[in-house]
Amino acid sequence: MTDSGTQAAAWHDTVLASLKANDVKLAVYVPDRVLTPLIAGLHADSFFTCFACTREEEALGILSGAWMGGLRGAVLMQTSGFATIPNALASLVVPSQIPALIFVSERGTLGEFNLGQAMVLKTMRPVLDALAVDHHTITRGEELGFILDRSIKQAVAIQAPVVFILSPLLTGGKLFAA
Amino acid sequence: MTTAHNAPGAGGAHNAKVMNRFVLTKRLVSKLKHEEAVIGGIGNSNFDLWSAGRRPQNFYMLGSMGLAIPIALGVAIAQPKRHVVALEGDGSLLMQLGCLSTVAQQAPKNLTIVVWDNGIYQITGGQKTASAASADLVAIARGSGIAKSAWAADEDEFDRLFEDALQGGPSLIAARIDDKPGVGATDRDPVQIRERFMHGLGVRK
Repeated sequence: MTDSGTQAAAWHDTVLASLKANDVKLAVYVPDRVLTPLIAGLHADSFFTCFACTREEEALGILSGAWMGGLRGAVLMQTSGFATIPNALASLVVPSQIPALIFVSERGTLGEFNLGQAMVLKTMRPVLDALAVDHHTITRGEELGFILDRSIKQAVAIQAPVVFILSPLLTGGKLFAA
Repeated sequence: MTTAHNAPGAGGAHNAKVMNRFVLTKRLVSKLKHEEAVIGGIGNSNFDLWSAGRRPQNFYMLGSMGLAIPIALGVAIAQPKRHVVALEGDGSLLMQLGCLSTVAQQAPKNLTIVVWDNGIYQITGGQKTASAASADLVAIARGSGIAKSAWAADEDEFDRLFEDALQGGPSLIAARIDDKPGVGATDRDPVQIRERFMHGLGVRK
């Protein structure tokens, strides 16, 4: 912390603060190494109901039920997990107009060491564009809070899901264990 | 208590009486006195729920096979004072077995899962599911950590198990059912279904 207090907050602290400021109390995830500090922060804060589930589409079902019951929720996953949810998006979340907040830790780029992850990433944005689901790739901590705050409010207002793709430029990504 | 129809292992289901989904759905709905939420799984599960009488607290799934239980869990977390019931078919449950362990881990007292097991993927042409001969869905539920899981031996026991489930869960009731198709078909308007449901839950005024 500098005297002026201008030192950048850690990305995961900004995400947590944005969720809280927008009354998003439920967080469901399928684990990811890069998301670990965010998940730890969510677990540690009693404001949130936070737990792991077994599949990403299961998380979207839980979020959809929670939204209909009056509780806002976010789901956290990695890129390969996203590849398992197009059916849940296309046949539940999008047609039912559920403002699911979907955080994806981006694998498959900027130093990926796993070909499978790199291939899966190539499917993600085309799928989102085909479904006309809003998505933002976030690379800079200075923009993170603004993008999250405005986009969460927009998702709720227009009753549509939104995807936040957290770039390795923001999170540091997962390093190749040399 | 280990009765014949609750015997562990594959085939335990086959000592339970073969019942009818619409008959049991009507019996179930007749016991709802406190605006309980009901999530009807894809296909015949929600067709029979629809035909058993429209309730503002019913949600009818039009897609996303396998997600009736996760949706019900979400409602149960959001509204802990309201009991929530998920109606799911055997094929749908087999697609998303992990959700049983999530339910067990979260242990919502206000959640009841009802599984209609006819041993076939009825709506796609009657192909056999694994529960027809080998998989025991109640044993799977218990193994997932939902201790209060049981086969309903007959209609009377189904009633009794459901009344008990409404007192506190999570619990799972499995019923062996016939291959009769669902009665009627749900209006397929997802926004209207979602909006009515939210009114029914008091979220929309």
